[in-house]
Amino acid sequence: MHPLLLAALVLCVTTPLHAQVLSDTPRLSGNTPPTEAVKAVPVPPMVTNDVRQMRNYPEQPPVIPHAIEGYQLTLNTNRCLSCHARQFTTGSGAPMISVTHFMDRDGQVLTDVTPRRYFCTACHVPQADAPPLVPNTFRDSLSSGGR
Amino acid sequence: MTLARRDLIKAQAAAIAAAAAGIPLAAEAQPVAGGRAALEIKWSKAPCRFCGTGCGVMVGVKDDHVVATHGDTQAEVNRGLNCVKGYFLSKIMYGADRLTTPLLRKRNGVYAKDGAFEPVSWDEAFDVMAAQVKRILKEKGPTGIGMFGSGQWTIWEGYAATKLMRAGFRSNNLDPNARHCMASAAFAFMRSFGMDEPMGCYDDFEQADAFVLWGSNMAEMHPILWTRITDRRLSTPDCKVAVLSTFTNRSSDLADIPIVFKPGTDLAILNYIANHIITTGRVNKDFVREHTLFLKAQTDIGYGLRPDDPREKRAAGAKDPAATTPTDFDSYAAFVADYTLEKVAALSGVEASQLHALAELYADPKRKVVSLWTMGFNQHVRGVWANQLCYNLHLLTGKISEPGNGPFSLTGQPSACGTAREVGTFAHRLPADMLVANPAHRKHTEELWGLPEGFLNPVPGYHAVQQDRMLKDGKLNFLWVQVNNNLQAAPNSANETWRGYRNPDNFIVVSDAYPTVTAKAADLILPSAMWVEKEGAYGNAERRTAFWHQLVTPPGEARSDVWQVVEFSKRFTTDEVWPVETLAAHPQYRGKTLFQVLFRNGSVDRFPLTDIESGYACDDSQRFGFYLQKGLFEEYAAFGRGHGHDLAPFDTYHQVRGLRWPVVDGKETRWRYREGLDPYVKPGQGIRFYGRPDGRAVILTAPYEPPAESPDAEYGFWLVTGRVLEHWHSGSMTMRVPELYRAFPGARVFMNPLDARRLGINQGAEVEVISRRGLIRSRIEIRGRNRMPPGVVFVPWFDASQLINQVTLDATDPISKQTDFKKCAVKIVPVVA
Repeated sequence: MHPLLLAALVLCVTTPLHAQVLSDTPRLSGNTPPTEAVKAVPVPPMVTNDVRQMRNYPEQPPVIPHAIEGYQLTLNTNRCLSCHARQFTTGSGAPMISVTHFMDRDGQVLTDVTPRRYFCTACHVPQADAPPLVPNTFRDSLSSGGR
Repeated sequence: MTLARRDLIKAQAAAIAAAAAGIPLAAEAQPVAGGRAALEIKWSKAPCRFCGTGCGVMVGVKDDHVVATHGDTQAEVNRGLNCVKGYFLSKIMYGADRLTTPLLRKRNGVYAKDGAFEPVSWDEAFDVMAAQVKRILKEKGPTGIGMFGSGQWTIWEGYAATKLMRAGFRSNNLDPNARHCMASAAFAFMRSFGMDEPMGCYDDFEQADAFVLWGSNMAEMHPILWTRITDRRLSTPDCKVAVLSTFTNRSSDLADIPIVFKPGTDLAILNYIANHIITTGRVNKDFVREHTLFLKAQTDIGYGLRPDDPREKRAAGAKDPAATTPTDFDSYAAFVADYTLEKVAALSGVEASQLHALAELYADPKRKVVSLWTMGFNQHVRGVWANQLCYNLHLLTGKISEPGNGPFSLTGQPSACGTAREVGTFAHRLPADMLVANPAHRKHTEELWGLPEGFLNPVPGYHAVQQDRMLKDGKLNFLWVQVNNNLQAAPNSANETWRGYRNPDNFIVVSDAYPTVTAKAADLILPSAMWVEKEGAYGNAERRTAFWHQLVTPPGEARSDVWQVVEFSKRFTTDEVWPVETLAAHPQYRGKTLFQVLFRNGSVDRFPLTDIESGYACDDSQRFGFYLQKGLFEEYAAFGRGHGHDLAPFDTYHQVRGLRWPVVDGKETRWRYREGLDPYVKPGQGIRFYGRPDGRAVILTAPYEPPAESPDAEYGFWLVTGRVLEHWHSGSMTMRVPELYRAFPGARVFMNPLDARRLGINQGAEVEVISRRGLIRSRIEIRGRNRMPPGVVFVPWFDASQLINQVTLDATDPISKQTDFKKCAVKIVPVVA
């Protein structure tokens, strides 16, 4: 876990709910004043360490832990499938696309990826190496207790 | 001890997982710890919180907390799929900076415009707010106060707001942010068909042979509808996709005919296609003779800028931009004959062969074609014309109102149709397509609302852009903003919106779940419950009305927007805010609160709490003592039933995955205006566009006219603004989801590599984007998903630290009053480090 994220999580757990402080994160709430043009933060590098990240819940599409810049994903070519299609996973070592990806709109299982799932990046996205702008207090189904 | 690499990875992974989930490491994976019950999640349906597609979502709740979401396999719209935003809905309510208490600007313990935000009770917040409204109503009357709502309002939130504003305060200064989004589409539907919203539905996508995207990037903005089109394209031999845009984007990646045209020239391309249909003899003459009529538009209608702008002064037709005059087929054919292939290819910068291939998709009588558009057409200084010129193509060929054939106007917000349009929250509208300016419509509304005859204000109010101008000019002094982020969304915002909000004469209230840039510019912030923290209803782009239950408790003191509106109405009596003459003529209204007149009126309050489905909470209704949502919905539904807008009974919607209106005899309507498919078309009529008294649809004669501002020697680039897949609108929800933030961690300027080289800059370089209105600082992107032609830059607007709308121009379509966010001139200046 990113140390900043851990610190932020600890902070939000220990801060009482009603001590309302307005966040001061420019990307979320604007500059001060909001009309001020300030230095644009450089775009952070993307995570390319190939380490698979735990999902927040089983249905979450896994994020992409590698670079996809320049990947062709067009009418004629799908670079992602050249590693993640079932028939290529032995050679690539990449995870196979989920079984749901073989089902058409009527739930019928096809021999290969269903055309409706063809554009991978509608659901699967790479991640920048950057701490969250604000902690998120979501807790998954294994952690009991309310907010 | 030595660890194999695999063990090490496993140990690390376990530690990370445990830390993220907040469970102690000692708790190793155990089979069914705590028994079967500990594994159970309560699943309920809800529509997605984001765009106008209206995907169905299953929401998993455990211990009053959303723990998972996934695509609803039973939802017809998406059949189990969600886009990346939809898959992360679980996290949108849990940003740690949720607003949990009202906040008022104070100095020395009392409200002060220049004070700092301090927590206050709801009582104090409403006391201060009501005092401001009463003062301004006394000084200026109903035009001094206003409300800016949303296409993200639930149906009953919009309905309660329109009732409070129009029937309570007699003010029509109510407008939704949907004005920025699809007002042009709504006006065009009314002008062409006399009735709002599409005739077809998403089922067209499985039956069409061709799809034409007019300035819409569905691959990013409507990803799940794009899965249906992708499915059709890849599964069906000879299916074609054409994508028209001012730059190459992800939708172009599926296109057989990818077209990049010069901004604004879509009008000329549309008229060329009409010309092609006519000159190649492919007009469906029977259809045109029986079902259409020809009107000619007023031309030279200006750009909706402030009246003292030279461009408005010299526009001869700006006084009455919506005017039309009758014409006929021959005159229309002669008019479009001017739009030859050669001429339009030169004007638009598109290869003639591509334009010809595009025109053939429409002209070929054997090809079923669906046209799709969103902001490219709607955010356009001639947006109403663009919509109508596209209808022309479908009307000339008769390719409309049948499976697989039709024009389809998409929407960007989850209830742009259901609330903003159908409920009638525009400054000029009443429920069910009725108009403020129409005496018969006002009379009907007064009857249904139990108001004295002649009570409603006949003058349309300030539209979105006009609200900001009037705030700045001090004519509008109170504004209540709900469920939107207008300081980030409105055009020319540093000069108009910001100055309007901070004008010392004005009191600005913002209801939101998070401290947005708009909230922080307000004087009073009200904390809102969001999405499944309240019971709700949305209407999507295919006329589908979908409901959800309250599934979790909102944080702290946060309350739903409908509670805020209804509770606030208790602070006013008719004696305080209604005209003396009205009360003298109708003494039975004397001494009542607006709550009693509008909501405790025997109609809204007629359903008991026991009607709430067992197993679900409804905090709002519990607070009022009656089933508020059901009462508001049923009263509202009376406007549309029997008038082509029939909605099913309230309880039905909690059981089904949405229904497309009109719902007649329990059956939804998928295609309107055609016999056998639409119950409002009588046997023997075949096709009837019954929104208009003559049953005919309009083919409009309108020319190409240039944008309000084009690049010149000093401001050499076109600026196009818009969105990206991973962030929704202003980003107030998606930027707080870590995975979505990291997927696209900030706005940037998409630019052609040759332009960058010419400026001497490279990928990631910092630049200023400067227009005549203002500037932002951002970073250059030359390798990303949008591939820009030379001379055009694209900047998304989700990033509050780069308010690109300080740069945009507040030019609107003069008919719809919707801003053109797609065309203005900027210069790009590298920042020297």
